[in-house]
Amino acid sequence: MAGVAPRIEEPRNLSVGARVARIALIFLAIAFLGLLLIAPLGAVLAQALGKGLAMYLRSFTDPDTLSAIRLTLLTAAIVVPANTIFGICAAWAIAKFEFRGKSLLITLIDLPFAVSPVVAGLVLVMLFGVHGWFGESLQDRDIAVIFAVPGIVLATIFVTFPYVARELIPLMQQQGSEEEEAAITLGAGAWMTFLRVTLPKIRWGLLYGVILCNARAMGEFGAVSVVSGHIRGMTTTMPLQVEILYNEYNFVAAFAVASLLALLAIATLVIKTLVEWRADRRTG
Amino acid sequence: MAAAWFRKPSILPGFGLTLGFTTFFLSAVVLLPLAALVLRTSTLTWSRFLAIVLDPRAVASYRLSFGAAMLAALINAVFGFIVAWSLVRYDFPGRRLVDALIDLPFALPTAVSGIALATVFAPTGWLGLKLAVAGVQVAYTWLGVVVALILIGLPFVVRSVQPALIEVQRDLEEAAETLGAGPFHVFRRIILPGVFPALLTGFTLALARGIGEYGSVVFISGNLPLKTEITPLLIVIKLEQFDYDGAATLGFIMLVMSFLMLFAINLVQAWGRRGQVAAGR
Repeated sequence: MAGVAPRIEEPRNLSVGARVARIALIFLAIAFLGLLLIAPLGAVLAQALGKGLAMYLRSFTDPDTLSAIRLTLLTAAIVVPANTIFGICAAWAIAKFEFRGKSLLITLIDLPFAVSPVVAGLVLVMLFGVHGWFGESLQDRDIAVIFAVPGIVLATIFVTFPYVARELIPLMQQQGSEEEEAAITLGAGAWMTFLRVTLPKIRWGLLYGVILCNARAMGEFGAVSVVSGHIRGMTTTMPLQVEILYNEYNFVAAFAVASLLALLAIATLVIKTLVEWRADRRTG
Repeated sequence: MAAAWFRKPSILPGFGLTLGFTTFFLSAVVLLPLAALVLRTSTLTWSRFLAIVLDPRAVASYRLSFGAAMLAALINAVFGFIVAWSLVRYDFPGRRLVDALIDLPFALPTAVSGIALATVFAPTGWLGLKLAVAGVQVAYTWLGVVVALILIGLPFVVRSVQPALIEVQRDLEEAAETLGAGPFHVFRRIILPGVFPALLTGFTLALARGIGEYGSVVFISGNLPLKTEITPLLIVIKLEQFDYDGAATLGFIMLVMSFLMLFAINLVQAWGRRGQVAAGR
């Protein structure tokens, strides 16, 4: 897991030069982060609430915005469980067994992180679009994938594909499989072993992967933008709705929706930090 | 069940099921679509392919995407190191909060950071106004692309460097100081060699992400052809014009670039691990 913040003991007898360097570097670090992270976050809130709370709240009565919120929740509700099940399966196969081609498999699982979100959307168009591989047969059966909800779900699965797996694989590899082997030897079934022995050991890592996967699933823009077709009230997710409102100069509404997404990001960071502290305390 | 040459025997259950589902899901969701793109590109003639790849507008977009990502990753290597150093070596009020905030660009949807940066750096915006006085315009120029990519790449550098900095042996630094080495000497000879592989990993990760970034860039870049148009945006434009050959070809170029970056990251990490073994850690 990323994010390490153990207690620090600074040396007491610092020279004058070291003291000056200390203050200068901390100042530089905080100024950089303030400009880069805090200013934009503040801008979102300032713009959303700039015309008063009533205007802010009114943004959420727009039916298109409400439908975008619903679509984002629906997408996350499909994508997160799918990638969680995949992540657990992949981690079990990779961490508990030795087989040929394992490192290739790990590299392929990480692949979506290296691919541009726009390319992730593009490949789905090449597969399911009108001129794509399955385009004609889908059209004959009257199934729409591109410019429809299934395309949005598939694009989101693609970009969030590695999150849970890459969190669980190193964790389960490090934990080894002696306890599972003992449980099986003592007669426990496969499910029982997983639920009673493995799951309690990996639950914090699992939660960590799931919340990061969820944040990206709800916030994905590039890949979804390519396959969505931007049909208002039908195939716009929250980030796409932000774009539409922003391009129409409807700044209060754009930033109001953006503020919800920012809130999601902050909630994600809070849960993530709590999980990390919890994991730190258990190991240290 | 799998034959013995394929896997080592184990008493644990579920190998066939989990590996089967993993490969199926991976193939269906990731590999098959990627293959469709590659095959689509392979149906083009060489001259058509080269005409799309070497089109001046496309070349300008590669230059911007790669150049801005490179510059942003370099700036992140410097400031990301300073941030990581402050977080690892100094105890100051709010340190844990700052540490948690580093991951904000991972968690914040790119469209949100995009419109937020565009607002802050617009000529009428809070920072843009001050920069305009100094004669610098960030929003709707290539500088805007760099700023967006700095934001996106920062966590990669900080999170790579932090653990490596913790590992640097402070007694070595103290010994060097006692023997009369100045702070720059200590930095160059002891600290930098210790964290360099991690810094390079963070740099490469930030670069890879920056080359493909779309959401946070398009709002601040102004999107002028030949000037402030990144390659992913050009793909989107070609798709909107139903130029599927053009979109597929540029997508293929970006995919090749991704593979090269992935390869570079693996090389850097392998090199870093070898360095650690050699140093006896």
